[in-house]
Amino acid sequence: MMWVVAGLAAWALGWWLNHVLSHRPRTRFTRLAVPVIFGLTIIVVWECIVRGFDIPTVLLPAPTQIAARFAASTGILWQDFVQTAIKGALTGYILGCGAAVLLAIAIDRSPFLKRGLLPVGNFVAALPIVGTAPILVMWFGFDWQSKAAVVVVMVFFPMLVNTVQGLQDTEAMQRDLMRTYAASYWQTLFKLRLPAAMPFIFNGLKIATTLALIGAIVAEFFGSPIKGMGFRISTSVGQLSMDLVWAEIVVAALAGSGFYGGVALIEKAMTFWHPSQRGRA
Amino acid sequence: MRNAVPVLTVVAVIFALWYGAAVVLNAPWAYDKAKRADVTLGFSELVADTWSQDKPKLPAPHQVAVEIWNTTGEMIKDGRAFSKRSLIYHAWVTFSSTMLGFLLGTGLGIALAVGIVYNRTMDMSVMPWVIASQTIPILAIAPMIIVVLNAVGISGLLPKAMISMYLSFFPVVVGMVKGLRSPGPMQLDQMRTWNASASQTFWKLRLPSSMPYLFTSLKIAMAASLVGAIVGELPTGAVAGLGARLLTGSYYGQTIQIWSALIMAATLAAVLVGLIGLMQRITLKRMGMAE
Amino acid sequence: MTGNSVISAENLSLTFETNDGPVHALKDVTLDVRKGDFVSFIGPSGCGKTTFLRCMADLEHPTGGTITVNGVSAAEARMARAYGYVFQAAGLYPWRTIGGNIRLPLEIMGYGKSEQDRRVKEVLELVDLAGFEKKYPWQLSGGMQQRASIARALAFDADILLMDEPFGALDEIVRDHLNEQLLQLWDRTEKTICFVTHSIPEAVYLSTRIVVMSPRPGRISDVIESPLPKERPLDIRDTPEFLEVAHRVRDGLRAGHSYDE
Repeated sequence: MMWVVAGLAAWALGWWLNHVLSHRPRTRFTRLAVPVIFGLTIIVVWECIVRGFDIPTVLLPAPTQIAARFAASTGILWQDFVQTAIKGALTGYILGCGAAVLLAIAIDRSPFLKRGLLPVGNFVAALPIVGTAPILVMWFGFDWQSKAAVVVVMVFFPMLVNTVQGLQDTEAMQRDLMRTYAASYWQTLFKLRLPAAMPFIFNGLKIATTLALIGAIVAEFFGSPIKGMGFRISTSVGQLSMDLVWAEIVVAALAGSGFYGGVALIEKAMTFWHPSQRGRA
Repeated sequence: MRNAVPVLTVVAVIFALWYGAAVVLNAPWAYDKAKRADVTLGFSELVADTWSQDKPKLPAPHQVAVEIWNTTGEMIKDGRAFSKRSLIYHAWVTFSSTMLGFLLGTGLGIALAVGIVYNRTMDMSVMPWVIASQTIPILAIAPMIIVVLNAVGISGLLPKAMISMYLSFFPVVVGMVKGLRSPGPMQLDQMRTWNASASQTFWKLRLPSSMPYLFTSLKIAMAASLVGAIVGELPTGAVAGLGARLLTGSYYGQTIQIWSALIMAATLAAVLVGLIGLMQRITLKRMGMAE
Repeated sequence: MTGNSVISAENLSLTFETNDGPVHALKDVTLDVRKGDFVSFIGPSGCGKTTFLRCMADLEHPTGGTITVNGVSAAEARMARAYGYVFQAAGLYPWRTIGGNIRLPLEIMGYGKSEQDRRVKEVLELVDLAGFEKKYPWQLSGGMQQRASIARALAFDADILLMDEPFGALDEIVRDHLNEQLLQLWDRTEKTICFVTHSIPEAVYLSTRIVVMSPRPGRISDVIESPLPKERPLDIRDTPEFLEVAHRVRDGLRAGHSYDE
């Protein structure tokens, strides 16, 4: 009972604090503090509820249990992280995004190909591509290569569509300007179209980060060596060791937001000139 | 219509590549068989063999088409449209959890968006987490959600729908927040000059202006919801649904079965997203917002 | 064609095919622009003044007649980088600094690094933007951006400057100031300038010749030689000579245009 009351109190305190903070002028401090307080409140409430209602670990372990398990099994978690996030997701991400950008530049020269490939690309981008995982696992074996292949297929089309759109995103006037300079195709590409396409390319790159991790993890459900985040999650669920599952999810969350944040940082550095980035300095 | 010729060309090229790849990928097995039977393969025999193997590495399109027909049209003719071997049955199972999850997710997403737009505390507390959570590979939780919900006695459709809901509510929140905030300061000031109440501003200005954003996010949400349903069918040894077909196919090396489930899933996605696109056109046209 | 003619159009026509039938953007336009001229093109929208300028720049392809620039075809002149073009909006690349924007044509045309630096510095001073080299376009006012875009057109020192309503989007005070600067620049560099505008005072103040155009089909309805001296302070606009020319331009516009829409 104590714990439940404590949980309610923590919730009330957190919400009140945020209410006060969010009605003060927005500063960098409140913008950071408010969500952090909210997150901490959730964790405290979670802990209190698990303890207060004696929820079995199998259903929902308490944050402290997860933290303890995390600290105790950093070795396994690191090994899984390298297998899935670095070898599978990152390799596939680089290959897939790179290939998509190159193909986008190639088809950009042909209006016919663009008109043909864009609708197909848009269509494929909306399909449940994860479904190709079993096929690719069959083709490329159980190790990380097949996971990278799934990631390549998953990130390719969103990236292609975004890049092609970006390359088209130049004003008629800017293109006329390059014409008055009698600029060559490659000069126009490197000096005008690629820089102008950067915001779109980064949009695609950001979408692809999430897809890459999802692809790498889900592909492991179809077969993997005895390491990897997806493997660990599905086997631990089978053994009902939920604290390890949660620890693995924490790793996935950290990897996902770290990956995304990294791309967002590079984006900020490279497209500082775009109105969407200029606003928040 | 202008795009018909290029699109058809691209599709034709894809099919040609598919047939070609089937020859290349299935050739080793064909040669292997031929060697054991002690015959030499001519080119045309090789091609014929690679396009008709039982468990090919890559089945040719017509093999997949035949399999799909056998498990759909053929079964309808026999009156067994909803037997367990019918692909229609499996597609239906996936479809129902997709729809349930999609509706739940959309409802939750819109509610959350309204809260975020109208409540400053909620905006500053929740919105960053909504955005951050998009960067997290949510699907990793899928197996756990299903096991946990099973443990508390919830099984069947709902656990899968929960995963779909989880995946589909993010795009709706983000799109709706953007949409509800899309009226400019001038339009909002206009409402103020008429002394409109908060609910009048919502129903007459904010909600209508958010419609284009809503439909765009609904399309993404629907696609995500389907992915959620399929992945939700993977980890629990589920016996029904397109995801289960993928999994059993991969256990037994039934590549033709995998591909037909995959094509079915793609068709389902195309139909569902297409339906939302149609609704979008009709709605926006009636609202006078379509171009 | 006279010996010192820089741009020469003969019976130039351009017809766009649209869903509502053909549109005659230009019909039988004949004009010679002499070296060192400042020619303004004025007329209501749809009279083809911008289209004519774009034909000179080889951005539009005439469907009839001939046009030569520096004695060669417009396409060859473009390949030889014979002119600088200033658009309605500054159109600076947001990802390049002001200096980087001016450097852009120089990079494309293959100038050496030190030559680039020298020219950027020179034209920045010419348009009064020295010290803004490292700023980004979006950190500058509209007038300054347009000055930077003029500097960009001047950077590779082409003999001809084609300007398409360059000050159209600016307020009147800034516009007066830039008009004055443009005249000084023209005086110093002795370039040939073709200038599209829809402002009568601007056209009269700047030009040695004013070409009045009228729409449907786009054609030249009058060419007015300005009697004003080369030295023109801003207050010349209050003199009877100035008002006289302005009056003639207005008459020309009225004659060529029936206000029936």
